[in-house]
Amino acid sequence: MGWKMWSLKKSIWVFHVNTGACNNCDIEIVNCLTPKYDIERFGIKLVGSPRHADALLVTGVVTRQAAPRLKEIYRQTSKPCVVFTIGACACDTGIFHNGYHVIGPVDKIIREEDPNAIIAYVPGCPPKPEAMISGVVKALSAI
Amino acid sequence: MKKTIQKPVLAVGPFHPLQEEMEYFQLTVDGEIVTDIDVRISYNHRGIEGISETLQFDQVPYLVSRVCGICSASHPLAYINAVEEIAGITAPERAQYIRVIINELERVHSHLLWVGLGGHFIGYDTVFMWAWKYREPVLDLLEEITGNRNNYGNVRVGGCREDIPDEIIPKILKELDVVEKKTEMLTKAVLDDPVLHARLKGVGILSKEDAVKYAVTGPTARGSDVAIDVRADDPYAAYGDLDWKVISQPEGDVFAKAVVRLLETLESIKMVKEAVKKLPKGPIAIEVKEIPPGEGCGHAEAPRGETFHYVRSDGGNRPVRHKIRAPSYVNVPSFRASCIGEHIADVTLTLAAVDPCYSCTERLAVVDSHHNLVHDYNTLLQMSRDKTARIRKEIGAPELKMEDF
Amino acid sequence: MDNQELNNRLQQIKDKLIDIEQTTDKRIYLLCESQNSYEVCRFLFEDLGLRFAIATGIDSDDCFEVLYHFSNDQSGHVVTVKAFIRDRENPSIESISPFLPGAEWIEREIHDILGIEIKNHPNMRRLILHDDWPEGVYPMRKKSPLRNEGTVI
Repeated sequence: MGWKMWSLKKSIWVFHVNTGACNNCDIEIVNCLTPKYDIERFGIKLVGSPRHADALLVTGVVTRQAAPRLKEIYRQTSKPCVVFTIGACACDTGIFHNGYHVIGPVDKIIREEDPNAIIAYVPGCPPKPEAMISGVVKALSAI
Repeated sequence: MKKTIQKPVLAVGPFHPLQEEMEYFQLTVDGEIVTDIDVRISYNHRGIEGISETLQFDQVPYLVSRVCGICSASHPLAYINAVEEIAGITAPERAQYIRVIINELERVHSHLLWVGLGGHFIGYDTVFMWAWKYREPVLDLLEEITGNRNNYGNVRVGGCREDIPDEIIPKILKELDVVEKKTEMLTKAVLDDPVLHARLKGVGILSKEDAVKYAVTGPTARGSDVAIDVRADDPYAAYGDLDWKVISQPEGDVFAKAVVRLLETLESIKMVKEAVKKLPKGPIAIEVKEIPPGEGCGHAEAPRGETFHYVRSDGGNRPVRHKIRAPSYVNVPSFRASCIGEHIADVTLTLAAVDPCYSCTERLAVVDSHHNLVHDYNTLLQMSRDKTARIRKEIGAPELKMEDF
Repeated sequence: MDNQELNNRLQQIKDKLIDIEQTTDKRIYLLCESQNSYEVCRFLFEDLGLRFAIATGIDSDDCFEVLYHFSNDQSGHVVTVKAFIRDRENPSIESISPFLPGAEWIEREIHDILGIEIKNHPNMRRLILHDDWPEGVYPMRKKSPLRNEGTVI
């Protein structure tokens, strides 16, 4: 493990990207910050700019309009960067798989930009905050 | 020759956390004052109406509950009102009451969510944390009843999928008592606070005429003295049997919308309690064989306003056309009436007051060509919060201390 | 305005309509040709004071239909104006946005997904399809190759 990877594992800062989600996963992500779950005690913090982020939390199916913006945001992050696909839509577009305006899933779009991207999947519709926290912990232990 | 000055443009969006839909707002500003507003959507267009035509009547409720995560009880209900109208059937009475309970619990957690985010925007993060903390017991109740914290998928054509077992009822009442007390406390804190009065009153006014012209619904309309509520006007499910009143406020500003939502939360808690106590015995669903040809309009009151569904059937097992109108679709264009002429520091709040997507303002960038400055989202949030602090000083309100909480 | 009064007032525009259908107690459908839809909608909104809910565009087999749904909040009625556009080659309909700004978005959407030209619309730009969507491809038309399948274009 290089020192870059090592430094990634503690106090990760995350940036949240909605690419056409129904808002459920987004609300549950914000729920993680509130008193019941309070992930900030682990040093996980939601930041306002992708340039500050160690990880992206991507929700949604990736619509045609959102796809170029998702790539642009991934380009702006500092590498290495872990991409978490949150929810059934982000993992494999779920119930929307044959929509005419849907181009996802997220991993396909990210791999077009960077074939070696680190992608972790948290399925569920929406995943519970506990599942998201557990997903982050498992992914960070694996790298 | 006259030199043309390019108008400064403020871009809002499209990416920001906490929101329902990605939207991109372009505000043209003159100094501090907004002179024009333009909206670009499409980021979140998933073609649900097209997908709906490939699914069977029974599968569509699970699709439409994913139109919007926090209206995931009212969209299926509006769809089912339309389909039951085509089929000419009525669900059993117990199912009607269960539908009311799920819908009102959803309204409670949705309004608390909005109150929290409203507080966040003006720099009252305590309100944010409190409101979201008291929302959790409601989500736990919904999880216990339907099996999921959101996206309940509990309604189906002809009734409901899950029953409410008798042994949960005392727990529901007990939890709601706690939530009710806390909401009352929150409501009192908001209504009595002189700083909030000074900060929110007179901001982002949507007049009654504009409310009618833009055809807005829900708390946005009721905050502008248009007392419309589908639950009362065209009662569906068991709303006709319950004792409750429509809340409306005449002012049309952000404060009025906040008051409407807080009082509605209390009203909803009252309704759930009544419905749980009155819950009749009997089956929760009837068998539906097939949907005859025809067309139906169903509407339901979501936390943000009226959801409207139009369904046409040709006698097959799929809808031939299914039109979905979410409440934000008519509430969002009313920004043209409420934002123009306002200060930039107030736009964050005015946009949020409609509750379209709470923080359309994340990743905001202002370009002020007079001073060649670029403000980002944090600066704008800071501007909004500084204004609160300024007002607080002018009023002479004491500084907030940890001991106060 | 109650049920009786609403029915009486609707008789005033009877000459503009093909027919009035009532499917259930609270659902009324007014059938008309697309040339008359502007007048009928204006009558419902300005004279009767109904609230505009939404419009639906439909590709029927032999014609296009645009349905304007209005709601009467005092009595809970939904009055739907069903306008038939017979010309399948160059479908067009008069915009109602000049007097009803709340209809601006839905008319842009109908133009996007069905390719119905909206005449005299104050702000006709693309609304819901993405920026690089090809001109002349309308996803919700019956014969559209995009319909009901995730074809990549």
